[in-house]
Amino acid sequence: MINQLFLMNGYGVYVWSAFGFTIFCFISLYLITKFQLTREQNKFTKKFAGLPQAKIELAKTQKINKEIIVNTPNFNF
Amino acid sequence: MLKNFNPNKAFFLTTKILKTLFFIFIIILIIGLTESLWISPEDYKQSHSVRIMYVHVPSAWISLGIFAFIGILSLFNFIFKNKNFSLIAKSLSTSGFVFCIIALVTGSIWGYPTWGTWWVWDARITSMLLLSIFYLMYILSWKVFEKNINQEKISSIIAIIGMLNVPIIKFSVDWWNTLHQNATVKIFSKSSIHPSMMLPLLIMTVAFALFSLIIFIMEYKAEVVKLKNKGLDRL
Repeated sequence: MINQLFLMNGYGVYVWSAFGFTIFCFISLYLITKFQLTREQNKFTKKFAGLPQAKIELAKTQKINKEIIVNTPNFNF
Repeated sequence: MLKNFNPNKAFFLTTKILKTLFFIFIIILIIGLTESLWISPEDYKQSHSVRIMYVHVPSAWISLGIFAFIGILSLFNFIFKNKNFSLIAKSLSTSGFVFCIIALVTGSIWGYPTWGTWWVWDARITSMLLLSIFYLMYILSWKVFEKNINQEKISSIIAIIGMLNVPIIKFSVDWWNTLHQNATVKIFSKSSIHPSMMLPLLIMTVAFALFSLIIFIMEYKAEVVKLKNKGLDRL
């Protein structure tokens, strides 16, 4: 039965390569997008930390800025 | 209504639902893969090669749907002058492009055992290739014209022109004599696909749609953070 699942009457190579290519694209796209999001969040948090205190207080009034910082992984002020 | 439709509100909403969506996607994908690779029957003519349909067809549907949506959003952007429309369209483009490439590659892999060739210049396949070129042009327009004030207009025009290709792809198999088979899944009339094959096809379509939604949310969040980053410079 396992043999049948992999060989599929000789069509296995086509079926598995089509599914393999799809999964490869999914994983690559997910990892690249996640990397880009994390990079943007890190850039934002670094810039935020480098602001003068008065501007930090001003930026903190925007709820979304806090949300971005809270969701940035592995970042310490 | 459009005043409430802003990136800040969308950012909060999307942060909360991303993990739940990912969990649901994994569950549906596992069910879909089990159905399409193991449980669904082989075709009496194409044998097991028919299983390629379960990745090829949903990818084609989703890439077409996304481009049509990008075109509509670009049109709305011209009418309502709301930046969020172009932000959503831009965030959708990458996943749409990847699904278009998956449809082309898996179609080519399916074509070899079925037609005896990897590629033919028939109406459906060529118009699908044209769609991938429009996707590429749309994505590149955002990068190439990054510092141009007309950047949004240029990318919107590409999307609107590209949208004209969508009905051509859909009806190409009816309008011209093509090697590609006619539509077997129909909305307004009886589908000619057997229910045992329809079920995995629908499950895989839902899984792929969820995946494109997850990628869209992540891309959209990255775009919003980019905007907020520019906002910090103006403080």
